[in-house]
Amino acid sequence: MTSQALAAPLGLPVKIAVNGLTVHYGQALGLDGVTLDIPVNRVTALIGPSGCGKSTFLRCLNRMNDHIPGIRIEGQVSIDGVQLYAEDVDPVMLRRQVGMVFQKSNPFPKSIFENVAFGPRLHGVRERSTLQEIVERSLRQAALWDEVADRLEGSALELSGGQQQRLCIARALAVEPEVLLMDEPASALDPIATAKIEELIQELKDSYTIVIVTHNMQQAARVSDFTAYFYLGKLVEFGSTETLFTTPSRPETEDYITGRFG
Amino acid sequence: MTETGAEERRLLARRRLAERIFKRLGQAATFFGVGVLGVLLVDVFSDGLPRLGWEFLTSFPSRRPETAGIYTALIGSLWMLSVTAALAFPLGVGAAVYLEEYSRRSRLDRVIEINIANLAGVPSIIYGLLGLEVFVRIMSPLTGGRSVLSGGMTMALLVMPIIIIASREALRAVPDSLRQGGYALGATRWQVVSRLVVPSAMPGILTGTILALARAIGETAPLITIGALTYVAFVPELSLAGLQTPFTALPIQIFNWVSRPQAGFHVNAAAGIVVLLVVLITMNAAAVLLRNRYQRRGMD
Repeated sequence: MTSQALAAPLGLPVKIAVNGLTVHYGQALGLDGVTLDIPVNRVTALIGPSGCGKSTFLRCLNRMNDHIPGIRIEGQVSIDGVQLYAEDVDPVMLRRQVGMVFQKSNPFPKSIFENVAFGPRLHGVRERSTLQEIVERSLRQAALWDEVADRLEGSALELSGGQQQRLCIARALAVEPEVLLMDEPASALDPIATAKIEELIQELKDSYTIVIVTHNMQQAARVSDFTAYFYLGKLVEFGSTETLFTTPSRPETEDYITGRFG
Repeated sequence: MTETGAEERRLLARRRLAERIFKRLGQAATFFGVGVLGVLLVDVFSDGLPRLGWEFLTSFPSRRPETAGIYTALIGSLWMLSVTAALAFPLGVGAAVYLEEYSRRSRLDRVIEINIANLAGVPSIIYGLLGLEVFVRIMSPLTGGRSVLSGGMTMALLVMPIIIIASREALRAVPDSLRQGGYALGATRWQVVSRLVVPSAMPGILTGTILALARAIGETAPLITIGALTYVAFVPELSLAGLQTPFTALPIQIFNWVSRPQAGFHVNAAAGIVVLLVVLITMNAAAVLLRNRYQRRGMD
């Protein structure tokens, strides 16, 4: 079975098309010929044991791997048909279209308002009234507005862990991306904060294409429409979440999701 | 209790004893350092404090110890320090930002890094000789020779490696997640550096800079080498021309008074040391306050 067959047409418009993506870190192989089509306005989960390449894959989608010394990236990634690794693509412009939320929430040591306004300011928005609109809209989208509306000038570092992570989501939304990448966004949060993030993902998927890396298989089953199972840098299986979790076509996938290893 | 129990207790007692001995030795070492400082302070203050007063601070030097004051030396030191800070801060921070945030760790960058570490250990008199040749002699049309400007430039060379090293440490302490967060929003490297990394590192950078300047204010050897005068009966003006005039500084004035035979000048020297110490302590306190202030606020 070739990896080509794994990217069978899903019957949905494709947002991100990945073809033969191979990543080397120096001598080590990080990703091995991954081919995968990510559908628009759906949640796609990437699962697999630690070191399987799922985070590497995610970071190829907004070229956050570019800074790593000694990295070699081959193959093609395109968003809406535009090649990400083409000569004339500026990663700075790309990252405006492809937002990212990290495993550990990383609010800037600034006020809540300045955290959300940071992205728009980078891209040249100056008027206070416009910034205020963007900040309110983004915080509402991230289901955080009601909790922070009266203390926008307070430090972002004083928020709880779950609030900080939603602030990071609001910050990513403020630059109006089309794709949202999430690298284990809830792994450092308690169950209640996790539930809020998951609920938020469900609300956001109508407007954004979401790709989420998670270690938690129940979470993948709860929030995603499609799931890709990675192992040792290879894409083992990709399909609708329901199919993958109930009737996986590959024995390795079944071993992993039933907890026999990993 | 069995016999092994007794054996164990004996061993435990020995381990406890070793701990007590080490604690006492550590205390003794600490008190030795504090004690030496205490003796120095008591000695200097008992000699110098009675001489200290507004008149001493605002009087020009004189042949008669009882009318001589520290005014020109104090102003000279502060002037020189301003020149040093104005030159060494942007150069030092710029170099640190390049090395930490931009450098690709090429062979050349590594050579530069090792050299900076070495420069921080070069004896200050060597900087004095360099300043004498380059600033006092070659650049004399610009600096005016043995001037405040030459002194400040020489001191800037001296403290720059220290500022670079302190700033690099402060930049390295900025968590990488902050940079990643900036890049993920579509920031350029310059935007990440100027809006996120440098503001976060600023308390550390400022603390390092103030401590480096505190070293500069006590340095004597390079000033003697470049030929700062010991008798200056005027204060440099607040202008470019003022920067090009000869000057004296606190350590030079103290050194000069100590080497005079009259006892009255020795009292003046003690009073001068008190003034120098007060300036030093003020600077160190400013560094501590600055750090605490930023740490408490945790935002820019």
